[in-house]
Amino acid sequence: MKDVVLSNIHKTYKGRDIPALNDVSFETGEGELFGLIGPDGAGKTSLFRILTTLILPDSGCAKVCGKDVVNDYKEIRKIVGYMPGKFSLYQDLSVEENLNFFATVFNTSLKKNYDLIKDIYIQIEPFKKRRAGQLSGGMKQKLALCCALIHKPKVLFLDEPTTGVDAVSRKEFWGMLKALKEQGISILVSTPYMDEADLCDRIALIQNGKIMSIDTPHSITLNYPDPLYAVQSDQMGKLLHDLRNFREIKSCNAFGDYHHISFVSERKETGNELKDYLLKKDHSNIKLNAVAPGIEDCFIQLMDSE
Amino acid sequence: MKEIVIKTEKLTKQFGNFIAANEISFEVYKGEIFGFLGANGAGKTTAMRMLCGLSRPTSGNATIAGFDVYRQTEEIKKNIGYMSQKFSLYEDLNILENIRFFGGIYGLSRQEIREKSEKLIDQLGLEMEVKKLVGELPLGWKQKLAFSVAILHEPSIVFLDEPTGGVDPVTRRQFWDLIYEASDRGITIFVTTHYMDEAEYCNRVSMMVDGKIEALDTPGNLKMKYAANSMDGVFYELARGAKRKAD
Amino acid sequence: MSLHEVQKEKQIKSKMKQFLSFIKKEFLHVFRDSKTMLMLFGLPIAQITLFGFALTNEIKNSRIVVLDQAKDIASQEIVQKFEAGRQFTLDRTLNNPNQIEEAFRSGNLKLAILIPANFYEDLQHLHEAQIQIISDASDPNTANTLTTYASNILMDYQLELMQNAKLPMSIDTDIRMLYNPELKGATNFVPGVIALVLMLVCVLMTSVSIVREKERGTMEILLVSPFHPFLVILSKAVPYFILSLFNLGVIILMSVFLLDMPFNGPVWLLFAESGLFILTCLSVGLLISNSTKSQAAAMLISLMGMLIPTLLLAGFMFPLENMPWPLQLISNVVPAKWFYIIVKSIMVKGLGFAAIWKETLILFVMTILLLLISYKKFNIRLS
Repeated sequence: MKDVVLSNIHKTYKGRDIPALNDVSFETGEGELFGLIGPDGAGKTSLFRILTTLILPDSGCAKVCGKDVVNDYKEIRKIVGYMPGKFSLYQDLSVEENLNFFATVFNTSLKKNYDLIKDIYIQIEPFKKRRAGQLSGGMKQKLALCCALIHKPKVLFLDEPTTGVDAVSRKEFWGMLKALKEQGISILVSTPYMDEADLCDRIALIQNGKIMSIDTPHSITLNYPDPLYAVQSDQMGKLLHDLRNFREIKSCNAFGDYHHISFVSERKETGNELKDYLLKKDHSNIKLNAVAPGIEDCFIQLMDSE
Repeated sequence: MKEIVIKTEKLTKQFGNFIAANEISFEVYKGEIFGFLGANGAGKTTAMRMLCGLSRPTSGNATIAGFDVYRQTEEIKKNIGYMSQKFSLYEDLNILENIRFFGGIYGLSRQEIREKSEKLIDQLGLEMEVKKLVGELPLGWKQKLAFSVAILHEPSIVFLDEPTGGVDPVTRRQFWDLIYEASDRGITIFVTTHYMDEAEYCNRVSMMVDGKIEALDTPGNLKMKYAANSMDGVFYELARGAKRKAD
Repeated sequence: MSLHEVQKEKQIKSKMKQFLSFIKKEFLHVFRDSKTMLMLFGLPIAQITLFGFALTNEIKNSRIVVLDQAKDIASQEIVQKFEAGRQFTLDRTLNNPNQIEEAFRSGNLKLAILIPANFYEDLQHLHEAQIQIISDASDPNTANTLTTYASNILMDYQLELMQNAKLPMSIDTDIRMLYNPELKGATNFVPGVIALVLMLVCVLMTSVSIVREKERGTMEILLVSPFHPFLVILSKAVPYFILSLFNLGVIILMSVFLLDMPFNGPVWLLFAESGLFILTCLSVGLLISNSTKSQAAAMLISLMGMLIPTLLLAGFMFPLENMPWPLQLISNVVPAKWFYIIVKSIMVKGLGFAAIWKETLILFVMTILLLLISYKKFNIRLS
């Protein structure tokens, strides 16, 4: 069975010309870790809010565990867990009080589903008497995850759980998601960080309310249309500029310590021609290697082609 | 000899028993792109506030653009630009009104404001949008505009606090083009980011762990030293040892 | 019991448990926020002190001068009466009208009383005589209080004369009143303060605390839960209902023991009526929270939309009878107006339910209407 089914969802907010969601359709399977990858304003939060029955789509149909988001909203609210983008717990209540409160709201208790949250809860247990507002970013995130899991939801919706969180905490968080997935919970997670895409089973790349591509991260990168190269020299800033002026260049983007480029046509001599060109422009220590495209390369390519 | 625009010596900020920034010493050169990294709660924000003259250090010394952080905070504020992810422009004013307002704040003449705003709008390709409220612009455009406004008065240093958070990958790179351009003009860039590929774009990078600067070097040297093949690896190696996890 | 009934009972039990845990949570919010606590418990005390003592405190031994140009029996009796009261101290008597201004300039003088020549004769024959009172209006409140005292003394004297002479006669005093015309005391202010405090606490606190959940994003999580969202909001009302009743007790105790406020009617009736008024206020609070998105907006609307009309139009600060008719008309929709009448009737006049059923009914209808509207407007989703 498909846990989440969206077909032709449209949503435009009042007073806005541009649609927040434009004909969005996809499905996620049972027990899948599905990632929604896109920048702020791409429509990720709108999509999550429609699926969690918080807002209504203008048109189209959405189902969670076979239940319609418009008509069966009461049923859906019983079986999903939701972690909004902003930290949304009571800052003036302690860790324990927050957990107990949400447990009662969902008609359960901390004990009942302790197994599910045990691994995460153990990490925040030493601070259980501390007010949620005084926890560090990473701890808050763990508490929020515990609260969203406390009723053993069938589907877990996590809206940008790692935004503003440092690289170390992010890694930890993805580790937790993996463990949850193994317990059979379907997870729909959104993120603006392209490097997190590889940690998902399948991903959808979303931009301006439109899904640009849906597949496994690996297949998406395989579908990159051109051979991609990484270039490096001693003057990276100037290199970017010079590369863009090279006649054979199709795309050129900075990628950390390399620039990723693709050529208009694939001729054998292009590589050497480029090297000669760069030497003439006073670059030294020039490196040019073929490189496998990442999700971010694909995202940029898809954005450019739209 | 490179001209030094930021110099700190054992700069410390203590809140009660908690030492948020612990004897920080470093130098930043004119026109440099300086990456200021660290995990959440490592003390980046505290340090940045002291450097902007917003928070008085507990001890130590620092000069920003030649001005003392204890006595000359007003002069510092005139000579720096500041932009953060959260607040930068007025969402309910249009693009031109924002430019005029911030130009006015930094004491630019009407003539200067007119020239600069024309140039800026042309550079960002916003001719069609000048009458649009900033709140209606996509995030990436907003951030590019905010950066341009922050350097409108040609400050000697501009502080950027996670300027590209949540921005799409294409606009993010355009944003860095703007940063390079400003640095070519001699403006020093002091930037924090959670994107590790952006750390690579910096001339030098510092890593803060538990209130101290644990490492400071070019990205290349740091990668060599920590035997990592990306800045991500360097960051992970350093931040993993952090004991403190508070915001 | 059938299986169905058992299930149903179980469901109700768990609903109750959810509801109780909500109420507990609300109490924790209240007790942990020093600003809320101050508002809740500091406010009634501050209000009682302000209105009860500061505004109505008697002014004693104010210095006055008398220019008695009549020098007859009546004028002397009047002067004696002024001297006898504890409000005034006769500084000196003047002989010449020109001295009046000089006397005021010398400072410390609050009032001058001018009795024209032939005062008694005018009273006797024309049945009408005039007295002029001049007051130092640089402090208008004091000036008004004092002129009221003075005219009260003159009125008393007039009554005495009439009783003796069995003839209608009047002394015209030439004063215009701006504030506090009836020289109202605690008896008038306390019922107003009760209305005001309940209004503030219930409307402001409920609307702000609901909107806070929206602002912090917790409402989002609560909406995506099996708990009915309207119960979320109702559970907010419970703690404030209880705290308001507690507040009411504090105000009544303070006013009875500190301000010598009479309490003539049945206590239970006052609490029952207050309960109704609190419900009215809570439903106003709900309505406001339904239509606002930020705490600041909720606060502003509560203050502008409820506090100010309560102050101006409930009748305890400014008498409604003297207001232009549009304002009088508007005052009818201010719940505090009706509650003010109810409290006054119970506490001061000692009346029972029979005398206030009409006002009670009005409040009741208002509450039902407000609750209906806010339920209709209530959104089970975001915006």
